[in-house]
Parts: sequence; C-alpha cells; structure tokens
Amino acid sequence: MEWLIEFPSMDRDTLTALKKGIDLGFRDFTRAYGDAFETALLPVKWFMLWMEDLLTDSPWPLVILAIAAIAWFASRSTKITIGVIITLLLIGYFDMWEDTMKTIAMTVVATLLAIIVGIPIGILMARSNRVQMLFNPVLDVMQTMPSFVYLIPVVMLLGIGRVPGLIAVMVYAIPPIIRLTNLGIRLVDKDVLEAADAFGSSSWQRLKNVQMPLALPTIMAGVNQTIMMALAMVVVASMIGVQGLGLPVLKAISNQYFTLGMFNGLAIVGIAIIFDRTSQAYGKRLQKHLEVVHG
Amino acid sequence: MADLEEHGIGISIRNLYKIFGSEPETYIEAVKSGMTKAELNDKHNHVLGLKDINIEMPGGAIQVVMGLSGSGKSTLIRHINRLIDPTAGEIIVGEEDVVGMNQLDLREFRRHKTAMVFQKFALLPHKTVLENAGYGLEIQGVPRKEQNEKAMRWINRVGLEGFEDNFPNQLSGGMQQRVGLARALTNDAPILLMDEAFSALDPLIRMDMQSVLLDIQKEIRKTIVFITHDLDEALRLGDRIAILRDGEVIQQGTKQEIVLRPADEYISNFVREVNRGRVITVDMVMKEGPIANTAGMKIKAGTVLEKAAKRMTDQTISNAIVVNKDGAPVGTLDIQDVISAMVTPVDHTMHEEDDEFVAA
Repeated sequence: MEWLIEFPSMDRDTLTALKKGIDLGFRDFTRAYGDAFETALLPVKWFMLWMEDLLTDSPWPLVILAIAAIAWFASRSTKITIGVIITLLLIGYFDMWEDTMKTIAMTVVATLLAIIVGIPIGILMARSNRVQMLFNPVLDVMQTMPSFVYLIPVVMLLGIGRVPGLIAVMVYAIPPIIRLTNLGIRLVDKDVLEAADAFGSSSWQRLKNVQMPLALPTIMAGVNQTIMMALAMVVVASMIGVQGLGLPVLKAISNQYFTLGMFNGLAIVGIAIIFDRTSQAYGKRLQKHLEVVHG
Repeated sequence: MADLEEHGIGISIRNLYKIFGSEPETYIEAVKSGMTKAELNDKHNHVLGLKDINIEMPGGAIQVVMGLSGSGKSTLIRHINRLIDPTAGEIIVGEEDVVGMNQLDLREFRRHKTAMVFQKFALLPHKTVLENAGYGLEIQGVPRKEQNEKAMRWINRVGLEGFEDNFPNQLSGGMQQRVGLARALTNDAPILLMDEAFSALDPLIRMDMQSVLLDIQKEIRKTIVFITHDLDEALRLGDRIAILRDGEVIQQGTKQEIVLRPADEYISNFVREVNRGRVITVDMVMKEGPIANTAGMKIKAGTVLEKAAKRMTDQTISNAIVVNKDGAPVGTLDIQDVISAMVTPVDHTMHEEDDEFVAA
C-alpha cells in the first residue's frame, strides 16, 4: 500500500533526463538564436539608452520642469502637479536622483513597448473569439507565473543587462493592457457601431472613429495597471543587472540595511503615485464626454 | 401622390423572408410552403423574423412601416441597407439589387444612397455636434471644410444653431435626435431610413420633430422609410403605410384606406381611437360624376373632413363642390356623408358593437 502514502511519481532518472533534455534543447536554441535576438533588439536598446541618458544627463531642474509639465497637461490639476514637483525634489534631496531617473526611464520604455505590442494584440482579440480563446490562457500564465521565473529564460537567451531586464519587465506588465483593450472594444455601444456601419464605414474607419475612441478610457485603465506592474517588476529585474532603485533595495536585503531599503522603497512608492495619479486623471478627462449628463 | 412619384428612387421589396437561427436555409422551403412561426420555433428552434414581405415604396414619399414590438419592423428596415442579410427575397433600390452586392459595393451604397436615423440616436459621444453631423461625409472622404459647410447648413435647418461646438451629452434627447437627423440629411442620400426615430422622445417634442421632418421633406423630397409603433405618428407622417404583425404585412395602403377599410380586427382595434376627421379627406367621401350646379362653396381635394365640416357648418350649407388643384370641379360633397364618415365605426367594430347591443 505504499503507493497510497507516497505519490507514484515519475522515477528519478526519467525525470532528470526529461529536465536535462528540455534544458539542453533550450540552451541549443539560445546558442543558435541568441545573437539574432540581440541584434533584433538593438533598436530597443538604443531607445532605452537614449531615454536613460536624456533623464540622467539633463540638468535636474529641467527634468523636474518637463515631468511637471507632462503631469499638468495630462491631468490639468494643480494639486497633482505640485505633488509631482515636491516628490521629485525630496527624492533628489535624499540623493536618489540618478537611480530614480534610471527607474523612470526603464518604466517609461517598458510601458511604451507594452502599449505598442499590447494594443494591436488586444484589438485582434476583440475582433475574433478564436484569437481571444488562444490568448486568454497565455495571459493567465503570464499573470500568475512568479516573476522570478521569467528571468531564467530571458537571461539564458540575452544574458544580463538592460535589454533582458526590459523584456522581462515588459512581459510581466503587458497582460493588463491587452486584456483591457480587448474588453474596452467589446464593450463599445452596439448602437453606435451599427450607425458607423449604416453610414458605410470600412473596418479601419470603424476602429479609428468608433471603437478606439470609445474604448480609450478602458484602455487607459489598462495603461495605468501596466505602469504599476512595470514599476513592481523593475525591482525584481535588478537581479539581472537592471540599474536603478532596485539595485540598492537588493543590496539592502542581502546586507540588512533597513534605512537604505526603506528610502529606496519609498522613492519607488513616490514615482508610482506620480504615474498613477497622472494617468488616472488623464483617463478621467478622456471620459468626460462619454458620460450621460442629460437623461 | 402621383407627382411625388417622379422624385427620388423607389424601393421594392419582393418575397422577403428572414429566419433567425443557426441554419436558416434549411427551413426556408418549409416556411415558404406554409410552416407556421410557432412550429418553426417549437420544433426547430429558429425564429421566423419576416415572412413573404412585398412592399413597393414609391420614390420621394414617406413610407411608414407600423407594428408593435416584435412585429419585425426594425428587422425589415435593416434589410434595406443590409445591416441584416435576408434569408430569401429581393430588395431593389432604384435599379440596384441590394441583396446581390458584395461588401465593397454595399459600403458604397450605404455611403451614397442611404442615411439612417436611430431610435437611441447613436451619436459619437467624443465628437462635437458639428463633427457628428459631418460624420457621413467624413467616411466618404469629403474634405473637412466642405463637411463643415454642409453640416452647418443642416444644423441650422434642424434648429441647432449655436450648439455646433457642444458635445452630445450636453444636449437633451430631443436636441440629440436633431443632431441624428442633421447627420442623416448632411449625407444627402436619396433614401432616409428612420428606425423609430422619434419614439424615445417626449410626446410634445415628438410632435415638434414630426413637424420638422414634414417641413424638411417638402423641400428635399427624399424617399423616407419611417418605422413606428405609434398609429398617430404613422397617420401624420405616412404617404403610405404598411402594417406589420408577427413578421407579416397584414395591410398596406394610404392612410385613408387603412382608416376607412381596415383589413382585419387587429387593425380596426388600432384605428378605432383615431380621429377620422383629421385623416380622411373629402375626395374619399365625395360623389363623383357629373356636377349639375357648379355654383356654391368650393373645397379643395385633399382637405380633411374636419376642416370641410367646419367650413360648411359655419356657412350653414349642406352641399359643396370639390375641386382639384387646377380649380376644376371633380365631385360633390354632402354634409351628411361628411359627418357619417367622421363618426361611422368601421366594419369590424360594427359587428362587435352590434353584439354588445344585443347582449345588453
């Protein structure tokens, strides 16, 4: 009756052989295509470096002004804009400016990439139930897989550094934008779509004039989620050589530096709040004309 | 009526069937040879939406399709621009066969031949009144400047001057539907499809919009297909009326024909509440033929009984002469006939009231 107590698992040798087989297979794959991937991702690397240099090399008052201006134009709220300026000044005063700028650069680039890749996938999912059925389980895996696990294949394929970190962050952060683009388009008022058809819209005109604008507030909620997840992953990605606020946090964990960890953690909270409030206020502004005022 | 037909392009719907369900083609022959709606639904789980619809809609006139909810009227209007594909039958608009069109032809047809007004307005919430009104032209690829010029003209015409930069959610329901109407008119298509366009509006605003539509129609003479569940609206707007019930046309004709000779009890129940004096015209009750004495009061053909009766009683005369629009006499009118046409219940209700009388 031993098989009732002890789960009748695959015997050890076969299991080892299986794992080894997969590992070797993947290693061969990375050896064969690693360089190709790296070359293909060169533009991403340049963009990433350009963004990082822009934020770290520019005079800090200019950077604060530019970020405050973006916050103002997105939210049209003095409260949020002043909050942004104070947060950035505090971060600088506590000597975390350089790291914070690197983290912001990484988050911005990862979010932009997630939007560029995610929105078309979301649109495809909204147009076809079959595509939706195909992508949904993939998204489920991406959202529930522990984030550390992503790092392994990425490192094997691309080594350590900014670009593999960026890819890991993007893969982790992309599901909300895909899901909410899909949802937003599916929830567009059927009557308005019918009107678009009745006036002879092509499917591109339907998408451009009706589906995307009406889904935009929902898509913005997805962008907001994506930014938050990207920020969370930036810390984890510091394990594979991503610079920024994650690195001191990592150092603080291994050496039990409480204050170092706390300060850098709070800096991440600060920029998370900046991103969140600004993007939410922008999303709300988009919604202004979609609400029914008259009954 | 006759002179109206010279304008615009007509729509002809022939032997149109629509079955909703997963395999409509399988049952079309059975339905054509007499399977009922109930049998199709119970045994085969398919819904018979429209059954053998034949309507000739004259160009430049308002064709009303009336029916209660579930009668298939909204399904029918969506066949004209093929927002819904028929299971069988023909739809000929002008010279064109709508059913045979491919996607590209259909898109061109929708852009240039039809414009539609919807019950729930279906405006674009993120665009201004001006942009909404120019929407049809934008889709056609007309330059922005021309779009705005044409749109402004119709915005002013429907009484929305000064609101062109507002967003739809800043307007009341009645004003939103004016935008819907302006959008359809700006498209300048020969056919206007109006799907319960005024049903969501308050009664007073509805009357107002009906007047706006009739007023504009005098000028544009388009072929208008108007769907409604309201008989008063049908009688007010319709040059011709078709009445739909359970997906079948049970009667069609002019409003006088419907009111004077309802085809069955269902329709006579409807028309019982109608103010006949405002629907029936003198030509329906006059005596045609040789006119002995051309002296006396002259009443134009097309005058409704209520007005004729008022004029005759005001002058306490019992006979008048009906003249056509050139002033030539065409018949004689007796006040007795006028009054009896205004009060006489139609055949179907007669029987009913006789029964009531006997029972009492």
